[in-house]
Formats: sequence, C-alpha cells, structure tokens
Amino acid sequence: MPELAVEGLVHVYRQSAVRALDGVDLHIAAGERVALVGQNGSGKTTLVRHLNGLLRPSEGRVTVDGTDASGMTVAQLASTVGLVFQDPDRQIFAGSVRAEVEFGPRNLGRSGPDLRSAVSHALAATGVAAYERANPYDLGQSRRKLLALASVLAMRTPVLVLDEPTTGQDARGVARVRAVIGEVSSEGRTVIAISHDMRFVSEAFERVVVMRGGRVVLDGPPSLVFAVSAWDALRSTYLEPPLAAIVGDRLGLGSTPTDAALVDRLGGR
Amino acid sequence: MTIALDGVGYRYAGATSPALLDIDLELRDGEVVGLAGASEAGKSTLCLVVSGLAPRTVGGQIRGRITLDGEDVDAWPMHRLSQRIAIGFQNPSTQLSQVTDSVFEEVAFGPMNLALPREEVAARTWAALETLRIDALAERDPRRLSGGQQQLVAIAGLLAMRPAHLVLDEPTAQLDPAGTHLVAEAITRLARDGVSILVAEQKVDLLAAICSRVFVLDGGRVVLDGWADEVLADRRLAEFGVMELSTVQLSRAAAASGVAGDRLERALHA
Repeated sequence: MPELAVEGLVHVYRQSAVRALDGVDLHIAAGERVALVGQNGSGKTTLVRHLNGLLRPSEGRVTVDGTDASGMTVAQLASTVGLVFQDPDRQIFAGSVRAEVEFGPRNLGRSGPDLRSAVSHALAATGVAAYERANPYDLGQSRRKLLALASVLAMRTPVLVLDEPTTGQDARGVARVRAVIGEVSSEGRTVIAISHDMRFVSEAFERVVVMRGGRVVLDGPPSLVFAVSAWDALRSTYLEPPLAAIVGDRLGLGSTPTDAALVDRLGGR
Repeated sequence: MTIALDGVGYRYAGATSPALLDIDLELRDGEVVGLAGASEAGKSTLCLVVSGLAPRTVGGQIRGRITLDGEDVDAWPMHRLSQRIAIGFQNPSTQLSQVTDSVFEEVAFGPMNLALPREEVAARTWAALETLRIDALAERDPRRLSGGQQQLVAIAGLLAMRPAHLVLDEPTAQLDPAGTHLVAEAITRLARDGVSILVAEQKVDLLAAICSRVFVLDGGRVVLDGWADEVLADRRLAEFGVMELSTVQLSRAAAASGVAGDRLERALHA
C-alpha cells in the first residue's frame, strides 16, 4: 500500500493564470481516511487531480511511495489512485451500466472471473446492480453518481479519491457511500474525500485537512479540527463546525465532533 | 395564489409507469415551498412540470390542471411561460449556456434575451453578481470555474431574469456552507419581494431555515405536506428516504442512549 507525499505543491492554471495551489505540503500514510474541506475554489479539486496525474505541478512535487509522480504516466498512476469526479457526466461514457463499470478494471488487465467478481461487487456495494443493463443516462443524477463511484471502485486501487461523494444523495445514498468508505478502509486502502458536509466528515473520517486560498490551514483528527480552539480558523474559510461540536461547547463538555462523542460525554463516559 | 396544480399526473415518453400521480399543490405570492424526497421520488420531474418544460420541451403526457395567477396554462407555449417562471437545474453544466466567454456575459444572457435596454441588463447583472458575492469572477470563463462557483453563476443568471415565479432543483448541491447561506439569503429576499419559490433539496436543515411549507414525495406521490417544522420532524421521513434534521438526529441519538434531557434540548435550540 502506497504512501502519498505532496511537497511544496503550486499549481497555476495556464489559461486563467489563477494560482489554485500556493504551496501545499501533505503526507498521507497508507490506509488513512482523510477528508479535504474548504470553500469552493480553495484548491481541493486541483489538489486531488495531482494525485492521479490529471494535473501536473507548476512547482513542487507529488511522490507515490517515494517515486516522483512526474516520471509516471497517467495510466501507471491510475492503477494506484482511483479518482471519482464530482460531476459523473464528465466520467460516464459507456452504453450500459455494466460496461461502464467493466471499463476501468479491463484497462488494468483484469479479465474472466476476476473481472466479473470485481464488477459485480462494485455494482452491489453502490446499489446499482439492478440497473446493470440500463443505459447510464437513463439513471437519475444521484444514481449516476453512485455508478461513477462503482466504476472506480471496481479498479480496486490502493488509493480511492472521492470528489464530493454525498452531493445530491438522499439518506440511503449517503449511507451507501459511508459503507463503501468503511469497507475500502477496512481492507487497508487509503480513502481521500472532498466534502462540504461537516457531519459526514466528522463521522466517516479520522483526519480532516482544511484548505483556504490554495493552502492547508488546519490538519488533524475531527476532535482537534472541530474543537473550539480551531473555530476561528475554520470560520475564516466560512466553515461551521458540526452541530454536535457546537452543542458540546454550549454544555461545556469539551470537543465532541460527532453525535456519538456528545452522547458519550453526556452519559459521563 | 399564484401557481396551482390540481390532480396533476405526468408520464415520460416511452415510460411504462407515471413519474407523478395526483399532485395537488399551491404556491402563493412570496412563499417558499420545499420539496423533499428520496432520489427518483419525482422531485426533479415535478420541477420540470411546474416550470412547464415537461411536457413542452421534454415530451411525455400530462394530466390534470395547472394554473398560473388564475389562468390555465395548458395552451401556453414555452416562451410565454418562461417569462413568468424560471427554473434552475440541479447540474450547473446543464444550466450554463456554454456559449459565453465571461461570467458577466453568462449572467447577462437571460436579460439580454428579454430585449431590455443595455443599462438595465448591466444593472441587473451586477446586482445578481453582488448578491451572490461573485462580482470578482465577472471576467472569468464560466467553463473554467469550480463546480460550486458554476452553480452560483447559474443562480445569478436566474436572479438577473427577475422572474415572478422561481423553481430551483437542488440549488445548493455543490455549494460550500458560505455559498449555501448566500443562496438561502437570496431566496428569502426574493420571497419578501413577492416571488413564489419552489425548492427541491436534500439539505433538510436548509429547507427548515427558508420554507414555510414542505411537501415530501415518494414514488411520484405527495406523502406528507404541511408546515415545514411539522413535516421535517415527522418520524416517517426516514421511511421515505429523507435525511432528518441535525437537531432531530442528535436528540434521537441521545434518547436512544438514555441521556436526553432538558439541558440538551436547551443547548440544541439555543
């Protein structure tokens, strides 16, 4: 399982001259569950697109297990880092749900029963198995988003990167996404997700990285990032701590980033 | 009363079963009404039907009666309806024209097509950009913005049209908390000016903050409707695949562990 390192990463978009990343340093150990949060336009998507080579650094570097990613092709990186886009329509192109999910693992050289089992598992985990013969564009937007997740999940990459996976999902969809993250993580694989949903972030991740203006401004477990001492920094990027953290502070119970943590403290545990 | 649906049903072309059944809904001037429901419960379809795009542009078959300010709109062509009702789609890339090179032109595109004087178009465009605090993006290429920024540009385009009625399908799906707050403020302000607004959203905390009434859809039917605070505290929400309010989730977690009490309730609603 690979370790990812981002060192002094700067990215300036050529077309617009926008400096989207302004010196990011980040080490992510194998098997970590990391949430990336921050305002729209703070550089989160730009950052994760460097992890699989879709974007290349203007300055600084990205290494995968110590090897500079600039020497690796997108195809080589794709077998290590699977990236699920925010907008599924930028990703989906096949004529059927099953064909869409087969494309990735087939490209990584899987075939026969190995391919079938990877695809079936991904379809089941995301709840789109019943639609495997359907055209992806006959699915609603939220199910199409789960399909985009399935198509990357089937590649069984050691690192899974999700760009706003719960956007537009209903309660059941969010529960599915959480279950997928839990399963991938229990296999020792790394999960990195961008999200604006602080409840989801505090409950499903062990580490939270807060970005502002192309830089990392906070980095730590939810109990630290959502603790009162960090609220000013959090609010400087217009984020609000989860309700449980606010209520925990009102009751003088210390840092309680999740409902479970708050309930534990209330019960004197 | 401005928009009224009476026994409305709708079936997409080629579909074997209807997407909407027996919908009765009234939207009054200056009112914000929320639409909640699981994915594919019919929220987006209802948005298309209320805006008139279904069946006029999308095709399919409609039944029942839709009236706008007391007039039956059945025979109205889309261009006539679209001067009264604007719709914002879930995905900003569907909404954006893809033919303009700057955010300013993109937001001005709608009012320009209303054949308004040039100064009026510019004034409305700047006002819309400032409302959503994206005036600094005016010169940028809309196709090269982040997903959330594109969503704000799409909503600014709707504000600049100054519609009498507005339908929004998950307007804050891709927005950060600050953007969500700005859109909520813009919706509240429009309603105060008399615009009637129908908002489909997964974010129930947002619906609680801006809506007077909420309709919950399941399988194309209205299964719950009433005052927002009552509907959003209904125990059946989970059964219909709708997320519960943050406050409700927290209270129930505490109750389940036997640690609920007045102290927690007071802190929750402080």
